[in-house]
Amino acid sequence: MLEKALKGSRGYGIWVAFLLLLAGIGFFFYLKQLDYGLGITGMSRDVSWGLYIAQFTFLVGIAASAVMLVLPYYLHDHKAFGKITILGEFLAVSAVIMCITFVFVDLGQPGRAINLLLYPSPRSVLFWDVIVLNGYLLLNLVTGWTVLGCDRKGIPPPAWVKPLIYLSIPWAVSIHTVTAFIYAGLPGRGFWLTAIMAPRFLASAFASGPALLILFCLILRRFTRFDAGEKAIQTMAKIVAYALATSIFFVLVELFTAFYSQIPGHVQHLKYLFAGLDGHNTIAHWITVSAFTAVAALVLLILPQTRKREPLLALACCFVFLSLWIEKGLGLVVTGFVPSPLETITDYTPTGPEVAITIGIWALGLLMITMFYKIFVSVRTET
Amino acid sequence: MKLYDGGKIIAGIAVFLIVASVPFWYGRGKAVPPPDLKLDTPAIERLKEKLCVEPAPYMRANHMKLLGAWRESVVREGNRSYRAADGKVYKISLTGTCLECHSNKDQFCDRCHDYAGAKPNCWSCHIIPEEVR
Amino acid sequence: MAPTRREFLKIAGVSAIGLVLPTLPGGQISNLSPHITRSAQAGMPASGGVSPTVSGPLPALRAKRWAMAVDAGKCPPGCRDCITACHLAHNVPDFGNPKDDVHWIGLERVDHVFSAETHPRLPESIKGLSVPVFCNHCENPPCVRVCPTQATFQRADGIVMMDYHRCIGCRFCMAACPYGSRSMNYRDPRPFVPKQNPDFPTRTKGVVEKCNFCEERLARGIFPACVTVCKEKALVFGDLEDQGSDVRRLLDGRFSIRRRPELGTGPQVYYLL
Repeated sequence: MLEKALKGSRGYGIWVAFLLLLAGIGFFFYLKQLDYGLGITGMSRDVSWGLYIAQFTFLVGIAASAVMLVLPYYLHDHKAFGKITILGEFLAVSAVIMCITFVFVDLGQPGRAINLLLYPSPRSVLFWDVIVLNGYLLLNLVTGWTVLGCDRKGIPPPAWVKPLIYLSIPWAVSIHTVTAFIYAGLPGRGFWLTAIMAPRFLASAFASGPALLILFCLILRRFTRFDAGEKAIQTMAKIVAYALATSIFFVLVELFTAFYSQIPGHVQHLKYLFAGLDGHNTIAHWITVSAFTAVAALVLLILPQTRKREPLLALACCFVFLSLWIEKGLGLVVTGFVPSPLETITDYTPTGPEVAITIGIWALGLLMITMFYKIFVSVRTET
Repeated sequence: MKLYDGGKIIAGIAVFLIVASVPFWYGRGKAVPPPDLKLDTPAIERLKEKLCVEPAPYMRANHMKLLGAWRESVVREGNRSYRAADGKVYKISLTGTCLECHSNKDQFCDRCHDYAGAKPNCWSCHIIPEEVR
Repeated sequence: MAPTRREFLKIAGVSAIGLVLPTLPGGQISNLSPHITRSAQAGMPASGGVSPTVSGPLPALRAKRWAMAVDAGKCPPGCRDCITACHLAHNVPDFGNPKDDVHWIGLERVDHVFSAETHPRLPESIKGLSVPVFCNHCENPPCVRVCPTQATFQRADGIVMMDYHRCIGCRFCMAACPYGSRSMNYRDPRPFVPKQNPDFPTRTKGVVEKCNFCEERLARGIFPACVTVCKEKALVFGDLEDQGSDVRRLLDGRFSIRRRPELGTGPQVYYLL
């Protein structure tokens, strides 16, 4: 089936070439990073995780969102999703590969990554993250590829695929939860030390992932002969609306706990995030954008008049994606480090090479999605 | 079964075999002399018995294994004493013990390493005393 | 405030002598039987379990629980002797910019180190007092819990160690440390080490480092560099489980506090303010 990704229209070829170019530029800068060290990024002694880990954190959410298609279809027989669960699974595969790549480029000594396997440390959340992410990758790759291959041959999938698909449902919840636990178990970081970190991750995942899927379905409808169906798209949009509402609610709840209790340790981080501290307000500008786009998207998605109009739906989904990319990306990661344990405020600004590497990895992910979806569309439109 | 594009395939296999076997035929006839190791450092001259921590053949074959064991012993167990096979006890230290005698790294260690193409990265952290003095 | 060249050379000279003494010939390559016991020298506690090694004229110091007490009132304003000695002994780099900064000991104001205990009515002389901060070698270290390769681990005597060979540079430990004690080598530190001490390795880029309670000096029977160099004897080190040790006697007699005790980490650096 792989050969289907190698043939396409001119537009397809140009798009693939463009992504390869971005990935190549990113790789070039990664070689520079290997030579110079992580000092080539904007990370510092105080803000020791930055853009790379922010992307990893956000993308784990995207990866888990496959479950939002799989669960209604396989557990509740929601037929409208039957055509597109594979799209969710392939998105999950690409997103998880991006997650692993982002963690890899963030390592100071990537050549020693094998130590993670040579010296297993079950008390470390990162150890479990490696296991659940790779497991999820394997699950979705195997199930997605097998089901699509069987579709192409016109036969039902083998019996062992069903249990694996069922397994992927709680597994999707686990990849989020474990990633949230990376943050939520650290005693020194009050901003992250909240029990609703895992629920927040789940809520934003189930908003941002399906939003991206809707955009992909609209693109596929525009550029190929594959149509996911209006029912499927509208159901996904409603899922995004509910998940987004929950996510916004969770943020408001956090604000209440901090600002009503008025405990300085809690207040300081949220003040930095939403308003800035001592004039350091770059991140506050970004989170303002995130807040406005979230509310705008929620309105557009709740009202059927706007949700049913494709351009506005697309706009709403872009808003959801942008809003949560900010909030669960740098908004989450950098704010945890500011103020530092010694009450200092250190700004973090990603550098050029850091951004280039990040774009390169996104291009790699989009390239995988493009190729997977090309195969999918070729199979679906020829059978 | 018919072999389509046979010409291209056979040609490709031939090119591959030539390229893959380069290490075997490229240097034929040119003998590289074995490394000339210098053991005449002042510290070694001072020794009554010119013996390393373990016998030379053992060290030649296993010094990296020994260093690995030494590393575990010092860093993870906090034990800095090594009892050699002959009963003598040494202080475990790459810079302080090994390089104390073999103070001419570029005429000893590097000669074999360059010959064998080994690039130990120990020196990115462990200091070579000659370079500091 | 950076030391003047003269001050730096003075500290460097004193520290260098202190470092060289235990490594003089007589201890390095020898045929000594490891069962020769040696008596402890004056000033070094004979208690705490003395065990013979061949690493120097003094036997290794052993303890059940190493700890440090900081008598902050004794620190002269502007004094950085402990930092200079530590960084010299351990080849800590000076990158010259706050972003890449690596330090094992820092000097911070009381109102930043003890923000929970600070209130607006404290006099500036107390709020603004500089205290040295370093790794607390916690009883219950969160950094050890999160390390995915056990590159940072806790010894039986309480010291939280770094294995620079195993560290993959993920910086999870830096996120977990509630005290800001750890530094990442974002660049190759070698060119930025002001004066290399050949008795201690440098680190490579891409690994996290921190104070190690001078465990390499303890193995040679001497106390940490910061403790020995402090002219005012503001840093007191020893075995908490040994009732006769300086640190135990000091803590038995005076009120002491620790940093962020509510987090349950059990820090072993005690501050007497």
